[in-house]
Formats: sequence, C-alpha cells, structure tokens
Amino acid sequence: MKISKLQELLGAKVITGEENLDKEVYSAFGCDLMSDVLACVTDQAVLLTGLVNPQVIRTALMMDMVCIIFVRSKVPNDEMIALAKENGIVMMNTDKTLYNTCGILYSNGLVGTSEVAK
Amino acid sequence: MSDKLVFRFDVQGDDFTSAGQASVQVKKNLRQLGFDTDTIKRVSIAMYEGEINMVIHAGGGIAEVSVCEEYIEIVLEDKGPGIADIDKAMQAGYSTAPDSIRSLGFGAGMGLPNMKKNSDSMEITSEVGVGTRIVMRVNI
Repeated sequence: MKISKLQELLGAKVITGEENLDKEVYSAFGCDLMSDVLACVTDQAVLLTGLVNPQVIRTALMMDMVCIIFVRSKVPNDEMIALAKENGIVMMNTDKTLYNTCGILYSNGLVGTSEVAK
Repeated sequence: MSDKLVFRFDVQGDDFTSAGQASVQVKKNLRQLGFDTDTIKRVSIAMYEGEINMVIHAGGGIAEVSVCEEYIEIVLEDKGPGIADIDKAMQAGYSTAPDSIRSLGFGAGMGLPNMKKNSDSMEITSEVGVGTRIVMRVNI
C-alpha cells in the first residue's frame, strides 16, 4: 500500500517526507513499546505509535521502517523532525486513536508485521 | 586482523534523548561499506539495545565497533553498577529499569535477549559496583 493511501484513509497530516509518499509499505506495527518494535518488525513497515521522543525515530531507522504515524494528534518536536528529514522518513499524525488507526488500515488490507514474517 | 576498521563512540549517559546516536552512525557507516541489509540490521539492533541499556543503567560508556574479515564485533563497556545476576537479566521480561524509562518506550526486559538473538555470539562480563563489558559478534 502506498504511504499516500495511508494518509488518505486516516485523514493524516504529513509532517516530514512529503517526497516519499509514493513509497510502498507492506505491513504495520502499532505500539508504544520500542523494545517490542525492535523484537518484531520486518522491512518496509509503518510504525503506529502514541509515543513521542527521538528514540521512536531511531528505532524506526534501526528497523528500516519508512513511515511513522503518530496517533491522537501527537506532535513530534524539532529534534525529531530534523532526524526524520535527514533520513527521509515520512512522519504523519492523525486524530484517531491507536486502536482505530490499526483497525482502519487492517480492514483496508495492510496486515500486521508478524503475518508478513510467516 | 591487521586491517580491521574500528569505530569508537563515547555514549553519554546524562541525556536520554541522545541515546541511540552511535547506533544510527554505525548503521550509516556499514551501509557505506556496502554490507547486506540483514547484517546491518542485526548489528544495528544489537548495538542499539546495548547503547540504550548503557544510558538507562550505567550512566553511559564506550561503544566500539570493529569490522573484521569474518565478523563485525561490538564491544560495549561501562562503569555502571554491574549486573548482579546475568542469567536473570537474560530472561525475557526481567527488568530493573525505573518506571520513568518505561514511559519512554524501553525497560521491558527485552534488550539483552534481543541482543543475543541478533548476534552470533555474545559474552557478558560484569562485576557489581565495577561495571559491565559485553562483546557481541555478528558473522559476515
């Protein structure tokens, strides 16, 4: 699924990485625990989270994740924006909750990362 | 091992927001050197978890990554409180991290098991009150 499609489905606001909205993502992972992200995620995935700190970006970088969506309209700080820009990561935020965000994307065909791993 | 390439970092322990910077840099360096994505990812995850641990528990330390002929070696050394029971620390879910760290997305007791999972060998030497040294190797 193209990142631009995620944006459309969630009515999300793009914060960084506008130039990469055409990139494809194949799966998603939603949580606030970065340790779990580091233990589970496969390539070309999108991270859905309510956690806002620079480690979210660094964790995504470690896992080759190309897109981060902050739920409940959370706003990343300047340091995070600079880090995401430097690395071409698409950051967006949506006013929806984590559960609803996951549900919308899943029901539109974006599976969870563990299903890709199988 | 005469021509091994070494990257060395001082990991600052006083500021959690900068934790992980060294790992991001190592990932960039390995990418420039042309390693495959799987190798880079394993090194990155193992080092990142270790770097976060040093910041959370040990007030920072030294991280050294050596690119050798057959493997990439990550050495993490700190002068922190040491690990009293390494077997226990290796159990998934066991953590001594404070709640303040959990609210930042870490401290779930997954770090050491994940470091082991992503490396081909891992050795921990630790003395309470003295510090901890972890050596991980990822085969190339």
